[in-house]
Amino acid sequence: MKYFLLLLSVFVITHGAPALAAGDAEPPPEMHWSFSGPFGTYDRAALQRGFQVYKQVCAACHSMDLKSYRNLAALGYNEDEIKAIAAEYTVEDGPNDEGEMFERPARPSDRFKNPYPNDAAAKYANNGAMPPDLSLITKARHNGANYVHGILTGYEEAPADTELMSGQYYNRYMAGHVIAMAPPLSDGVVGYEDGTDGTVEQYAKDVTQFLVWAAEPEMEERKRTGIKVILFLLVFTGIMYAVKRKIWADAH
Amino acid sequence: MGSGERKPFENPAIEWVDSRLPIFTLINKEYGVFPTPKNFNYFWNFGAIATVMLVLMILTGITLAMHYTPHADYAFESVERIMRDVNFGWLIRYMHANGASFFFIAVYIHIFRGLYYGSYKQPRELLWILGVVILLLMMATAFMGYVLPWGQMSFWGATVITNLFSAIPLVGDDIVTLLWGGFSVDNPTLNRFFALHYLLPFVLVGVVGLHVWALHVTGSNNPLGIDTKGPQDTLPFHPYYTMKDTFGILVFLIIYVAFTFFMPNSLGHPDNYIPADPLVTPAHIVPEWYFLPFYAILRAITFDVGIPFTDIVFVEAKLGGVLAMFGAIALLVALPFLDKHPARSARFRPWFKIAVLVLVLDFFILMVCGGKPAEGLWVPLAQVATLYYYAFFLVLIPLFNKFEPRLDLPPSIHEAVLSCCSKKKQCCSHPTEAA
Ligand code: HEC
Ligand code: HEM
Repeated sequence: MKYFLLLLSVFVITHGAPALAAGDAEPPPEMHWSFSGPFGTYDRAALQRGFQVYKQVCAACHSMDLKSYRNLAALGYNEDEIKAIAAEYTVEDGPNDEGEMFERPARPSDRFKNPYPNDAAAKYANNGAMPPDLSLITKARHNGANYVHGILTGYEEAPADTELMSGQYYNRYMAGHVIAMAPPLSDGVVGYEDGTDGTVEQYAKDVTQFLVWAAEPEMEERKRTGIKVILFLLVFTGIMYAVKRKIWADAH
Repeated sequence: MGSGERKPFENPAIEWVDSRLPIFTLINKEYGVFPTPKNFNYFWNFGAIATVMLVLMILTGITLAMHYTPHADYAFESVERIMRDVNFGWLIRYMHANGASFFFIAVYIHIFRGLYYGSYKQPRELLWILGVVILLLMMATAFMGYVLPWGQMSFWGATVITNLFSAIPLVGDDIVTLLWGGFSVDNPTLNRFFALHYLLPFVLVGVVGLHVWALHVTGSNNPLGIDTKGPQDTLPFHPYYTMKDTFGILVFLIIYVAFTFFMPNSLGHPDNYIPADPLVTPAHIVPEWYFLPFYAILRAITFDVGIPFTDIVFVEAKLGGVLAMFGAIALLVALPFLDKHPARSARFRPWFKIAVLVLVLDFFILMVCGGKPAEGLWVPLAQVATLYYYAFFLVLIPLFNKFEPRLDLPPSIHEAVLSCCSKKKQCCSHPTEAA
């Protein structure tokens, strides 16, 4: 077992290795998230606020192809609310009986509407930079939640020795410090209905939590199941240890 | 099997089957009364653990295959659909992805056990070689499995590794074209990898069968590395080792389950959650952790081998790296024939013991090097570590054959266990540790 722990610790070290090598950006600040730890859960109010930030700000540029409006039920919206949210968007459907494509209001079963018809259009609209799909963004970056929060709050004046081209911005936590996304948030851009402060910091925290949920919608169920499985295994292991001791007692 | 005496079973149904197909006799012989050295330590659990992981991989894998789409345009999304829309799909997928890692952990510990206690030596050479075949098959299977989700690391890892074969003189490029099914990693590559990823685990089951068959011919080695001399040295496999293995398997599963449920992505690479894009190369292409030591050896050969101060090159760096990497595994095959020292267990080989523990450290150093970009001090470090790996087999082992003293071997397992108990009380307080 001694060797095993050694092995494990080495995996942790080796696993961390690529992270450190990933670029010259500094590591983002470690935030306290309600969803971290083995008992962590999402904060429904924060998720709803985060969705509002995504919908009103990020959705102008970023798709979330893996999400459907019906998935919003997990945030605490009821069926009618989800129908109403979906109906704000128009999607193309068809062909109909006459062979024509037609437009209709989105339904809960539709995927989140992509702001651009295709990737080329997305790039063209953003100075040649592609705004990545956000469905998995927190899993697709090292230390994802802290990283996304860091990017959203890490905009600064570029130091004197850094030349920025038009459409480029300076960000502390981006690899290479240069990012092609204009600072998307500013104080007061989203009006929260529940009276929460409309600050960049608050928006960043809320939308990050929403993105973590989008990437790992199964997280709460996963952890809940995990606790049960571990407890079961612990008991079973204890019993087997006793059985083994008993059987081996007369072996020598 | 088949012929020979057969003790009748009392239960008439069992007896009916067994008198026609003596499968219960076989099970009883090989897993019931099978005489097993009584002094195993917990390192002897890892064979059973690896078997459990293999079964688990096949069960979760077949379930995944029911929902997975092996097409370059749909593979990534189909895995995400498994994660989101299939009932308990996330569990099956995370069990499979983390299961691969824990399968390798079990097998690496199992191999270390064999090295340390000299289980590769006469008469178990073929058993050991079958083990190396298992390792190679696992590597091929896991490599191709990692390509299936068709993320950035899937795609670029496949590109880098398949490209290696182009270093082989004359036929290299044809081999690569064959692997790809075209002129780059693309949909045909994904299709054939899926077919092979489905096939190889069953080949693996077959080779594991041979491995166990060979084991049951020679019987197990043990921490003392001496042969069993009679019934006083052994215990029937059941219930002693069935119960001990079950306990060991459960402890292992707890750790595996902790990863699967609470940090399911910690052993993977975030880039694999970005869909494959042939136009965007990731900053650092790194294979899964269990390949890193071999990847480090591959990259350690940064120089051509030829006649110094001339332009004559025998082996170019790229081919050299590939040869060094496969050579590292070939050395394992050769080991039983390189090591001629009369003692098996490192307990009675003071020099070998140190050398083999340094080899373990060396393996970890290579693992770290493999995960770093090939620049700066990491390159010479990987080179020194590669050198030690080779020197262990080709220099130290032959030297030990000649010069290493052998400590006195105990006369038998039975007596060693007893004398140990009388001298050091601690051995006795925990009978399974006694040796
Ligand atoms: C005006 C369009 C626009 C808006 C609005 C916008 N983004 Fe972006 N975003 C981009 C572009 C363009 C990039 C690509 C930047 C690059 O590659 O340098 C990007 C990149 C990102 C990245 C990835 C950074 C990386 O590591 O590659 C994240 C995370 C991100 N955006 C989050 C958000 C969030 C959250 C919001 C809403 C609060 C948002 N964005 C709003 C255009 C936008
Ligand atoms: C020796 C046993 C096996 C090993 C070591 C292994 C390894 C792997 C690995 C490393 C992955 C990538 C996981 C990820 O990162 O997502 C994978 C994926 C996959 N494997 Fe296996 N596998 C084994 C057996 C099987 C079997 C028997 C099947 C049955 C067909 C199977 C089907 C799949 C499928 C469909 C995927 C793609 C889904 C996914 O990526 O999660 N595997 N495998």
